[in-house]
Amino acid sequence: MEVALEDNNLMEKVLPPDEQEIDVELEAKEKKYLRGEGANLESLKDKKLKTQLASREKLYGKSAKAAAKIEKWLLPASAGYLETEGLEKTWRIKQTDIAKEVDLLSSKNQYDIVLPDFGPYKLDFTASGRHMLAGGRKGHLALVDMMNMNLIKEIHVRETVRDVAFLHNDQFFAAAQKKYSYIYARDGTELHCLKERGPVARLRFLKNHFLLASINKIGQLHYQDVTYGDMVASIRTGKGRTDVMEVNPYNGVVALGHSGGTVTMWKPTSQAPLVQMQCHPGPVSAVAFHPNGHLMATSGKERKVKIWDLRKFEEVQPIHGFHAKTLSFSQKGLLAAGTGSFVQVLGDSSGGGGGYSRYMSHSMVKGYQVEKVMFRPYEDVLGIGHSMGWSSVLIPGSGEPNFDSWVANPFETSKQRREKEVHLLLDKLPPETIMLDPSKIGAMRPSRRKERPTRGEIEVEKEVAIEAAKSVEMKKKTKGRNKPSKRTKKKKELVENAKKTFPELEHSNIAGKKRRIGEDAAAELPASLKRFARKN
Amino acid sequence: MRIKTISRSVDEFTRERSQDLQRVFHNFDPSLRPMEKAVEYQRALTAAKLEKIFARPFVGAMDGHRDGISCMAKNPNYLKGIFSASMDGDIRLWDIATRRTVCQFPGHLGAVRGLTVSTDGNVLVSCGTDCNVRLWSVPRPSLEDSDLSSEKSTEPSAVYTCKNALLAVDHQFEGDLFATAGAQLDIWNHNRSQPVQSFTSGSHSVISVRFNPGEPDILATSSGDNHISIYDIRMSSAARKILMRTKTNSIAWNPMEPMNFTAANEDGNCYSFDGRKNEEAKCVHKDHVSAVMDIDFSPTGREFVTGSYDRSVRIFPYNGGHSREIYHTKRMQRVFCVKYSSDATYVISGSDDTNLRLWKAKASEQLGVILPREQKKHEYNEAVKNRYKHLPEIKRIVRHRHLPKPIYKAKAESRAMNDAKRRKDDRRKAHSAPGTVVTESHRTRRIIKEVE
Repeated sequence: MEVALEDNNLMEKVLPPDEQEIDVELEAKEKKYLRGEGANLESLKDKKLKTQLASREKLYGKSAKAAAKIEKWLLPASAGYLETEGLEKTWRIKQTDIAKEVDLLSSKNQYDIVLPDFGPYKLDFTASGRHMLAGGRKGHLALVDMMNMNLIKEIHVRETVRDVAFLHNDQFFAAAQKKYSYIYARDGTELHCLKERGPVARLRFLKNHFLLASINKIGQLHYQDVTYGDMVASIRTGKGRTDVMEVNPYNGVVALGHSGGTVTMWKPTSQAPLVQMQCHPGPVSAVAFHPNGHLMATSGKERKVKIWDLRKFEEVQPIHGFHAKTLSFSQKGLLAAGTGSFVQVLGDSSGGGGGYSRYMSHSMVKGYQVEKVMFRPYEDVLGIGHSMGWSSVLIPGSGEPNFDSWVANPFETSKQRREKEVHLLLDKLPPETIMLDPSKIGAMRPSRRKERPTRGEIEVEKEVAIEAAKSVEMKKKTKGRNKPSKRTKKKKELVENAKKTFPELEHSNIAGKKRRIGEDAAAELPASLKRFARKN
Repeated sequence: MRIKTISRSVDEFTRERSQDLQRVFHNFDPSLRPMEKAVEYQRALTAAKLEKIFARPFVGAMDGHRDGISCMAKNPNYLKGIFSASMDGDIRLWDIATRRTVCQFPGHLGAVRGLTVSTDGNVLVSCGTDCNVRLWSVPRPSLEDSDLSSEKSTEPSAVYTCKNALLAVDHQFEGDLFATAGAQLDIWNHNRSQPVQSFTSGSHSVISVRFNPGEPDILATSSGDNHISIYDIRMSSAARKILMRTKTNSIAWNPMEPMNFTAANEDGNCYSFDGRKNEEAKCVHKDHVSAVMDIDFSPTGREFVTGSYDRSVRIFPYNGGHSREIYHTKRMQRVFCVKYSSDATYVISGSDDTNLRLWKAKASEQLGVILPREQKKHEYNEAVKNRYKHLPEIKRIVRHRHLPKPIYKAKAESRAMNDAKRRKDDRRKAHSAPGTVVTESHRTRRIIKEVE
């Protein structure tokens, strides 16, 4: 009987290999949901607090496990993929080949819209990927519902349009026109004329903060809160004219690429940039951010695209061979780069960002100059705005297959849209929350332990410096300049200078105030007086 | 080559008929939600502000008595009713929903000092300064009684007389004994006109008495010479006695942890004790500035409400040193009795200005039927506010309470006095030999000794 029981125990410990695999997979997913490591509870002395926090940590673990299981088993759709067999290479596969293999609904997403009269087109998508705004340089604005390929509204403004951007949903959009920028409603009515900004080169909208950011031809950066119209910040960058501006979706900072090859990052509450990075020897032509916030791709005119890690501000990978006029990251981390009439899509073979290599490419009719590439959210589609209109191509594996209805819902009804607008407004973040590391909110400030050297240490250093000054070899002067009085005077001066570099001690001696015996002095007090040391 | 692209058919993702609910899809991936901590903080701030906007705790006042209210009793079987008695001998049964008197029990000649109801809700016991104990039969509430134009009055079913004035009464939880407190502690049976058992202890009168909800034979009393005694009626003398520095006005047992009780003391603090270990208090609840007159636990056992001589009603957590909430009104004078309603939603206070006041236990609670989605939203708001309630902006909003000027000034004064005392004690300690000056913990400070 005992032998049989032991056997049972053994069997429970060893899982069949498939389950082991699943366990490993689930553990990897769990890490993502845990959002960092647990707190260190060892250093807590308060027992009640310790037990409370320990039970909370257990709860977090459980919820991470449940979320990992949901991701594995319950999500309705799975990501797209493109796999080749044999000697085929993925980057040689053309869109026409894909069209033959893919179902009808997806093949509807491949098209070319030819509008030769209105100049190179810039694109913008709403957060859910349902609506698209196309703005032609010669003044054509078109709002399209991508699900039914419906043209909702088309306006001709009859002056140059340099950039277009959606505001928080498809009801409002902004266009940067010749002299000023304008905000339009969905039906084409002009709502606001934003005169303060001047002629704008790029417009971007920060969704969580409801800030419309723009960079104008003089190099001024403007942030405006579109809920009540206040200009939150207007910053003179001081780096001259640039039209490369992107927003990092992870933390809301705006990155500008300058003609000197530097990329600077800005937040509305400070007049100086947060970060300045020297990225390229020549002008920066495009910047793009990975949705996880850690990777940034920049391209310079010297025909290189570089991938940077934003946690360490180091280059992770250079990609040689082409200079991209426009860059865009997809939700799954694919990088699209457009130059001339050629668009290349790079995929990351390693998880961390170092392994970008050719995945797919698309070359358009010669003569079509690519103006902007942008991945459509939640779809495997890349939108290309070019000089003859706009196109859309299929890039399998680029979009996130499972959307969350509370974050962005492509199948939104008007009632849901209105409710979502209210909730977005309630959750609007103040501009002060834009920072390089957004997880600092709610975190503990590190305790201030001043690394001041103790008095004893300072004195020792002072002695050393005085000794060094005294032992300096004085040059023996000739021709009557070698008077002893002058020599001693010079030596005294040297010692005085050495003493001057320790001003704290000097001042405290001069002031003669009765100082409270500080922490540092506590170590030197005799034992009987230790209880009078200042308690911190 | 093998290829697959995302293609969503509209049927799968939208509802079939207009009477269906809209379909909702979830993806809990954190990468879809940038800046989630900042958004959560913003929601916590909004939740804190909304809680303050919706905080309207006062529900209504029950007017009718002609003299200050001395005691109240709640009927364990009938949620809507509460008994109250005043200093001129008037006992009434109120219907809380309509805030009207259902029934009056006239008969006492002096102040009624104690009221209690038997566990089955049929017998009301009252005692007063006219040395009488009266038993009344509680009228059954029926549908016809909702016609409130008739305020009925009933005759007592029994009147028992004692030698001395009686100060408190309480009924056993699972039996038909009740205890009265006066010159001595007496245990009575419903049917006997003389007490079944008597306990005498010293020369001072017994002020309050409370039976234990878990053990039917154990009760706690407090006497005028600053003692708290725990009696077992099967034994002939006190099982435990604690001597404190000031007298205890009222005691309440925790219904969920029946070995713990909390004593409302004359020095403005409430002391929670473990009934088995009396050398030190489990917790000292400090916030009142004047004597605490009455205390009652919530049926959840997690909170208790206190009424004090300083014209305020406070709600404390069972294990926390400071109050979660304070209720006060310009018109409410000295609060002599409080009760927590049996569904843990309301707090009833009876005060010197002849009114019973009905308050919500959670000031910003939405009463009535709440839809499950509303309930979830309330729970979410509560949880997110608790997560960030230590951060300065939110802490300031959550903690803020308006205090009446006398209480505010008294608190500031006591804070200054305590700071000065503490500073002096620190210096005294620093200047004397280590180990000679010992600071007493708050939990033992007010207890003189435990007498077995």
